Amino acid sequence: MSILVNENTKVLCQGITGSAGSFHAKQMLDYGTKLVAGVTPGKGGTDFEGKVPVFNTVADAVKQTGVNTSVIFVPPPFAADSIMEAADAGISLIITITEGIPVNDMVRAKRYLQGKPVRLIGPNCPGVITPGAKCKIGIMPGHIHKPGRIGVVSRSGTLTYEAVHQLTQLGLGQSTAVGIGGDPVNGTDFVDVLRLFNADPETDAVIMIGEIGGSAEEAGAEYIAREFTKPIAGFIAGQSAPPGKRMGHAGAIISGGKGTASEKIKAMEAAGVLMAASPAELGTTLQEALKRGAPKKNR
Amino acid sequence: MKIHEYQGKELFRKYGVPTPRGILALSPNEAETAAKELGTSVVVVKSQIHAGGRGKGGGVKLAKSPAEAKDLAKAMLGMKLKTIQTGPEGQTVHKVYIEEGLAIGQELYLGVTLDRASSRVTFMASREGGVEIEEVAEKHPEKILRETVDPAVGFQDFQGRKLAFGLGLSGATVNKFVQFCSALYRMYMETDAALVEINPLVITKDGGVVALDAKVTFDENALYRHKELLEYRDLAEEEPRETQAKEFDLAYIALDGNIGCMVNGAGLAMATMDTIKLVGGNPANFLDVGGGASREKVTAAFKLILADSAVKAVLVNIFGGIMKCDVIAEGIIAAAKEVQLKIPLVVRLEGTNVEKGKELLRNSGLAITPADNLRQAAEKAVAAIK
Repeated sequence: MSILVNENTKVLCQGITGSAGSFHAKQMLDYGTKLVAGVTPGKGGTDFEGKVPVFNTVADAVKQTGVNTSVIFVPPPFAADSIMEAADAGISLIITITEGIPVNDMVRAKRYLQGKPVRLIGPNCPGVITPGAKCKIGIMPGHIHKPGRIGVVSRSGTLTYEAVHQLTQLGLGQSTAVGIGGDPVNGTDFVDVLRLFNADPETDAVIMIGEIGGSAEEAGAEYIAREFTKPIAGFIAGQSAPPGKRMGHAGAIISGGKGTASEKIKAMEAAGVLMAASPAELGTTLQEALKRGAPKKNR
Repeated sequence: MKIHEYQGKELFRKYGVPTPRGILALSPNEAETAAKELGTSVVVVKSQIHAGGRGKGGGVKLAKSPAEAKDLAKAMLGMKLKTIQTGPEGQTVHKVYIEEGLAIGQELYLGVTLDRASSRVTFMASREGGVEIEEVAEKHPEKILRETVDPAVGFQDFQGRKLAFGLGLSGATVNKFVQFCSALYRMYMETDAALVEINPLVITKDGGVVALDAKVTFDENALYRHKELLEYRDLAEEEPRETQAKEFDLAYIALDGNIGCMVNGAGLAMATMDTIKLVGGNPANFLDVGGGASREKVTAAFKLILADSAVKAVLVNIFGGIMKCDVIAEGIIAAAKEVQLKIPLVVRLEGTNVEKGKELLRNSGLAITPADNLRQAAEKAVAAIK
C-alpha cells in the first residue's frame, strides 16, 4: 500500500512531445512507471520511444488505454486547459508539473474541478512517487528514493529531495513522497495528504515541509492536533525572508496575519510536530520523532 | 509587476472606475501648468514611486495655488522618499501626479486579491480607510468585510450591496458603489491583476464614489498575454540586479547581508538563507538558479552576486537531481574562472556522482571549499569572512 499511486496506476503524459515532457517521460519509463499513453494535439497516431502511443485528446487516450492518472508538462498558457481536459475525460488523479500558470487560469480550473471525482496535485510541483511500486510520476530523481514506510509531503521540490535523500542514507525508505507545489492556487493541500498518510497502514511516520506564505501549514497543524496519529517531523523554509518582498500586503491581510515562518513553526510545534532547525537535520529529526512517538492528543 | 498610481488610475478610467482628474508632471513647471489646467482651488501633489505609505513619508501634499504646486513639485522631484515600504535608503521621486482636490465626506478601504484558502478572488472592504489597513486587519479583523467571487459567474450586484450596506452607505451611493466594484472586478480579471488596493476610496460630499488612490500589481505569469501592460513597466523603480536576473530567467532578491547565495529551487534557497542566519551569518541575496544549473546560468548567477559589493563570500548549494554533480561542478569551475572569482567560495553538492564532483572542485586550482552538508557549508562560509 501507499497513497495516491501504486502498481495499478496507469499513467498518461500530457505534453509528452515537448522538451520537458519527453525528457521526463523517458526518465519515468526507465524508473518502471506504467506510462502507457501520451497526448499532444495534432500528433495523434504517432508514438513515443517506439512504445508509448500518442493521442490527440485525453478522451481518446482514456478510451484506448484505460489510463487513470495524468501528468502534465504542457506550457503555462495551455496548462489550465489541459487540467480541465483531463478532468472531463474522467482521469481521477491529475499531477501538474508546469510552473508559471497564470493565477486566474488556476482559479477557473479549480472551480471547474469542483464536484468532479478527481484530485489535482500541483501545479508547480515535482510530482508523486511510490518507490515500492516503482511508480514515479514527475521530475524527481528516482535513484535517491528507497521503498519503505516514511511519508513525505512538501511544498518545495528540492527540499523534498533533500528530505528523501537524508532518509535513504539513514536507511529509512519512503512509502510515498508528494510534492504539493508552491503556487498560491493548488489542488491538494497538506491536510489532504496528511489524511491519506494517516489512513495508510504502510506509512509509519511523516515529514512535512512547508514554506512562508498562505496558511496551508497552519491548517495542516490544526488537522494534526485533531486527528493525526503518527510520529511527524517538520521544517519551514523562509525564516530569514524579508517581509513583503513577494507577498503584497493584502495577501498578508487575507490570511489573517498568518503566513510568517515563526507563526507556522509555532503552530506545528503546538500540534506535536518535531521541527528541524535546519534542512540538514530533516532525516535525523524524523528519527527522533519515531523514537518519541505520535503527537499526544489533548482529548 | 508593480505600476504607478497614475498608471493604475489610467486603467481605472478605461474600465469606468471613477477617479479624480489628474495630470502627470515631470518638472516643477509642468506641475504648475497642470494645477492651472485642473482649475480647482486645491490640488494634490503626489510623488509617484512603487511603494505605499507615501503620505506619511511626506510624498503627498496639498497645494492652494499653482505656484505652491510648483514649489512642492520642486521639493519632491529628485528627493529620496522614505516610507515604511521603501527601506531606509528611500526611493528617488522622478514623477509627480497633480490631482484635483475633492470635497471628501468619508474615507473607506477597498482591496481585491486572491484568497489562497478558497482559491478565489476576494473583495475586502473597511470603514477604516486612509489608515494602515494591516493594523486594522491585525487588531480588528471584524472591521474588514469580505466577498468571495465565484469565477463561474463573476462578481454579482448583491455582493456589492452587501459590502455597501456593511460599510454604512445609503441612498444613491449604494448603487454607485456596486457599479464601482463591478467595474473593478472586470479590470482585475481582464488585466490579470494580482492586487488592486484603493486606500482611501472616498465618498464625496455629493455622494460620489471615487478612487483617491490606486495600488495595482499584475500576475507576472500572465504578462505574456498583456503586451499593452508592459509599457507601464518602470525600470527606474526596480532593483537593477533583479531586473538583470529576470533576463537570465533567474529568481533573485537582493538582501542586506554579505554572503552571496546560489541555490537550485526556491524552497532550498530560502532554507539556505535560513541556515546561514542560524549559524550567525547574513545572506546577501536569494537566488534560485532553477533545476538545470547549467554553466551559462551559473556564470550569470555569479556575475549577479558579485555585482553586489557587500558580498564577501559565496555559498553554492546545489542538489543535483536529474543532473549529475560532476557536470554541475564543471559548470561551477568554468564560471568561477570566467568571472575571475577572488572571494572565498564554499560549494555544497549533493546527488549523483557527488564524490566525482567534489574531486573536480578540489583539483580545480581555485580556492573552493567543498562542504558535505548544508549546515557545514553555512558554517564554512561564515568562517571564511571572519
